[in-house]
Formats: sequence, structure tokens, C-alpha cells
Amino acid sequence: MYIYDDYDHQMLEERITQYRDQTHRYLAGDLSDEQFLPLRLQNGLYIQRLAPMLRVAVPYGLLSSTQLRKLASITRDYDKGYAHLSTRQNIQYNWPELEQTPDLLAELAEVSMHAIQTSGNCIRNTTTDQFAGSAPNEIEDSRPWCVIIRQWSTFHPEFAYLPRKFKIAVCGTEIDQAATQLHDIGLYLQKNEKGEVGFKVLVGGGLGRTPVIGKVIYEFLPWQHLLTYLDAIMRVYNLEGRRDNKYKARIKILVKALGVDVFREKVEAQWQFGKDSQATLTEAEVNRCKSFFTSPEYESLQDEDEAVTTASNSDLLFNNWLDRNVSAHKQSGYSIVTICLKGTGAAPGDITDRQMEFVADLAERYSQSELRITHEQNLTLAEVRIKDLYEIYKACKTESLATPYLGLLNDLVCCPGGDFCSLANAKSIPIAEAIQRRFDDFDRLNEIGDITLNMSGCMNACGHHHVGNIGIIGVDKKGAEFYQVALGGDAGREAKLAKILGPSFSQEEIPDVIEKIIQIYLDERQSDEKFIDAFYRLGIDLFKERVYAEAD
Amino acid sequence: MPKLIKDGALIDDSWRLIEKETSLEEIKPSSDNKLLVPITVWLENKEVLSQHKDNIGIWFDSDESPTLLEEDANSFPVIALNFPVFRDGRAFSYAAILRQQLNYTGDMRAIGDVQKDQASYMLSCGFSSFLVPENSNAEVLLTGFEDFSENYQSTVTKPAPIFRRRS
Repeated sequence: MYIYDDYDHQMLEERITQYRDQTHRYLAGDLSDEQFLPLRLQNGLYIQRLAPMLRVAVPYGLLSSTQLRKLASITRDYDKGYAHLSTRQNIQYNWPELEQTPDLLAELAEVSMHAIQTSGNCIRNTTTDQFAGSAPNEIEDSRPWCVIIRQWSTFHPEFAYLPRKFKIAVCGTEIDQAATQLHDIGLYLQKNEKGEVGFKVLVGGGLGRTPVIGKVIYEFLPWQHLLTYLDAIMRVYNLEGRRDNKYKARIKILVKALGVDVFREKVEAQWQFGKDSQATLTEAEVNRCKSFFTSPEYESLQDEDEAVTTASNSDLLFNNWLDRNVSAHKQSGYSIVTICLKGTGAAPGDITDRQMEFVADLAERYSQSELRITHEQNLTLAEVRIKDLYEIYKACKTESLATPYLGLLNDLVCCPGGDFCSLANAKSIPIAEAIQRRFDDFDRLNEIGDITLNMSGCMNACGHHHVGNIGIIGVDKKGAEFYQVALGGDAGREAKLAKILGPSFSQEEIPDVIEKIIQIYLDERQSDEKFIDAFYRLGIDLFKERVYAEAD
Repeated sequence: MPKLIKDGALIDDSWRLIEKETSLEEIKPSSDNKLLVPITVWLENKEVLSQHKDNIGIWFDSDESPTLLEEDANSFPVIALNFPVFRDGRAFSYAAILRQQLNYTGDMRAIGDVQKDQASYMLSCGFSSFLVPENSNAEVLLTGFEDFSENYQSTVTKPAPIFRRRS
């Protein structure tokens, strides 16, 4: 992974000094709430319902074992012994004290971590596919490009006070697990017929109140021009994005208002000034960034491992876990393991200090001391020998981390909701738990098969409900918490937005409603048709009719 | 007299800032009166004002583009960009446009809600002087310009990004 050099360390130190001074001036009354707000936000600090929340940046979700151990010790020293993995591959603390945050950030800096630009109206942490560098049929490893974008966007003097937040995702894998098309800028790595690398650039995607799938603004942007082109997009947005209404301030609204062709012309006009300037990327820099992400020296191994096969024949639970949580790797004899943090009874994406230390040890022993946070709020070990799988499984089981539900209904994505978040209209964690309890049986879940269920406690859509095959969103109905259900969302390469099924439901009704939807699918599906495919064949009206008919 | 920060020092500001919607009669341009006039006032009274050109500077609000200047920006000794509120970041981009696209080499001034916590970013975008807001502690503002010793990216003041300087 990327190793900080003197420049990186120095700037991080300078940032902590700056933030310490800002916090001090705020506590002394020299900075108003209004003045301090964007400063603390750009250092990751929200003021939440019960206490501040600190969002720590995990660049493109990648962590070392050493970093994860530090995060674990911070949960003990500054928090209540657990943390939350967010849908943007970051880690959140729920209970730090404002006065202590400069010290907390100084501890993070010891392991080259920070909370810079994890919040506020600036360019946020760049995200990518958690299988980058290890997936079969990968077009190009996205991680070096994420590093390049991270550096360019960090403390960018021109773009720290944008109309609204700004998120960039990069994807170089065949299957898009980064929800690339739902970002302010989405970048798909491509290769042309000469084998040269470039980007398909999408702009104006996003969730929130007005969900939009990004539109293509550039079909094949040669890699040299990546940063000058991004600068041009940002400049048009910074100058023309709406600042009069925060709900209409995202770039998607500007792109929609202008039309993508006019927006593209404006970007081109700005780009002519920056193109071929010194911001143009050099081969030396790209190679330097690539040098941090070389594959480990693989052993010559077969995919078939006798001991693993024997174990899977005798240990049914292990076999289930193998089926669901282990994915193919580009190298024979290796695999990608995802630890599913969706065991029933724990809040989705929550992880305790002890579990963090356990996973750090596991990664150190079996997966090059590295792990990745996924945007589905799980943890991936990307360089695992197939022959080690049974050992890993048994170890995970001792820590209640062997839930074999990856990609199944209970592997739901869920924001912290009204239990923690001051923006939420409704709780989400108890609803997630009620659904998980209703379906908590591997055979039943496996029979339903691949499906995504995403839930947000409000229209801000941190739980990505617009792109769940089943989406649930908390709404406020005359002071009471209600839930709307939508169907047909997809965050992948064929991104689709979910359609609202009909009037909202009470909290108690939700598990029954989900059960009905699933039953319609099971009754109607053809052979091994997935939920999403069956939904689009059958159409929403059939679901609407049957779900509401029985409710009457 | 209003205070100005320029070249790292606190000095008196000799330019009179003219409010928007001020009439030419109220302005009274003369050879011993340095005036910072709104772009709209300049565009409406160009003929009269250009007789005193060495003593005329232009200021732009955050929703006015410096590309409105049809003539050479460099004929003005001062061009100011307003921050109506510190979190309105448009002037950062307009500053870069003035320096990089209009090749402005004169004194580019930040006016309005100029605070310590944005000062280093303003400097990187090419601002060369900073009007100290009323009721603001100039000594505190003075300490904001060196929060960062480096920029990762290409900026107005350091066009070579770190990656071109890393050994």
C-alpha cells in the first residue's frame, strides 16, 4: 500500500497544528459556531444527536494491520469500544469529545491516517472497488490512480469551499462494486486498442434527495490529462453550482439544468487553459504510485486443495461460508475472503475493538497485512491462499465473524439512522435487525439468492436505498416514523434507480412486507433467475398489486 | 484608516472601497484619490473614470466574473475579489482565472469576509493583498498565511505540483 513520504508527513503535521489552533480558538470563543463549522467538518467532525461523530478517512478503503490496531486502541481510549464502517469505506467513531479530537487526530497521524475532508463541502475521500488489484479480468488496478486523485484533492486551495460535498469513485474491475455511476464524478479505467490507459468520465451522479445516474462527459480521457480535466470540471462546478439552496447545490443539479452537452462545452473551455500545463501527469509519477501496489510474490498453487475440499464435505457451515464469502482471485491457488459484518443482533457495519484487533492479526497472518473496507460495510482480505481458508474460517467463528451471508438478503446495507444521526427522520438499525431476525436461516437466504437490501434513515441516502434491489427509506409522517419501500435499484455497471412501491409502512409492518416481496419473487422466478432480473421481467405493478392487496 | 496585509506586513490601505450602486457624483474621481470601484460602476462610467486610470481599481462580487473586463486587466493596478461570506468559494476560482487566463500581474486583493482559516488557500490562488475586515484582529489574520508549507497540486503560486518536485 501507499507509504507516506516526508511531504505527506509534513503536511499532515501542519494540518493537525492548524486544527488544534482552530479548536482552541473555538473553545476560547474567538471563532463562532458558524466559522468553526466547516473547519471541524473538513477534519471529519460532526455534532450528532448524542455526541460528536468523527469520520476517519480510509483512502479507497485500504488499511494495514497496524492501522487497524491503532483504530481499535482509539475506540477504547476515546470511544465506547466499537466503531462503524460507513458506506464510503470510512470508519466512524460515535462518542469522541470535541476537546480530545486534536489528540485523537495526532494518534491517527502516527499511523499515517487522518480525517481530512471526510465531511464538509469539499472533495471527499476517493473510493474504489474492494477487489482492486486482486480481481480476475481486471482492466487496470485503480489504487495507484486513487492515490493520485487523493493527493490532488487534498488541501486543494481552489476547491475547499464548494457549493456542496463532492465524491469521486474509480473502478478498474470487470464487476463494479464501487457504485461508480452514483458519484459526482465516476471514473472507469479503460484500455484502447493500443493498450493505453484512459478513463471514461461520468459526471453528475449521486443519491440523496434527487438520485441521478452519472452521464458520460468523456469517452476516453488519456491518463496524462486526468488531473487537468478534473480541475476543469471542478472549476465549472465551483463557479456555477447553486449556492442559494443546499438541496439543489450538488453537481448533478447543475448538469441536469445545463444539459450534459452544455456542461461538457464549459468544461472543455476551462480545460483549454489547464491542458498540458504542469499539472499534466507524468509517467514517472504514475510508476511511482504503481510501485506501492505490486502484487505479492505468489506461490505456485492449484485452486483445488484437498484439505479444504475434505473440510467442506464434512463441515456444512464452512461449505456455506466458502460458497458465499470467498471470491475468485486472479492468481490460481488464491482467493478473496470477505468477512460479513451482518451477524444478526449487531448493528450493520459495527465492529468492536476486539474484533478489529482479531481481523488485523488475521490479515497479518494470511493476507499481506492488508484489508479493505467495502462500501457494503464489510471487510475484505484480498490475498488469501486457498489452502488457508479452513483455518481462517475457524478463527473467524471464534469471534462471531463467520456469518456466511455475503451478498444475501441479510447482508443489508444500513446507515446509523435515528439512533445516532441528527439528520435522520427515522431509525434504521432496529428495522434492519427485525428483517435479519425474520430471515436468519442460511438455507432460506441461499434459496432466495443474490439480492441487495439497502436502507437509509432519511432522504440523504447514506444507506444507498435508491440502488438497492430492495430499498427502504425512513420518512417522517406527522411526527411518526414510517418507511417507504422501493424496488429495482442496482449500483453496478448497469446502474438503475429503484422505483417506489407505494404508500409507506409502519416499522412493525416492514418484515412482513419484505417477506411478501420475496415470496412473489420465489413464486414467479424462472429457473435460477436473480431477484433483480425477475423484477424487471415481472414489472413493479405485479409487486404493488400483491403487496398492497393482502394488506387491505 | 482600514488595514491591509501585503507581503506579510500590516499596512494602511490607501484605496477607498466604493459600494455598489454608488453614483458618479458621489464618487468624485480625482488624481489624488485612489478608488476601488465595483465592476458595474466601471462598466457604466468607463469614459469618465478612465481619465484617472492610475487611481482606479476594480472589485468584483462573488457572482461576477473578472472576464467581464473587456480591456486588458493589467491596466488596473488593483483588482479585488469579494468574499461576501467566507464559505462562498467562488473567488478562489476567479482568482486563478485572473492570474492564469487573464495573466493579471497587478495587486489582486481579497476583500469581504477574509479570515485566517482561509488565508493560506487565498495566497495559493494568487491573492497578493488582504483587506482586514472591520472588528477583526489583524494580528491573528497575519498568522494564517503559512499554515501549509507545500501544495500537492499545481497552484497559481506553485505551478509545479509535488509530483514534479519529488526526487
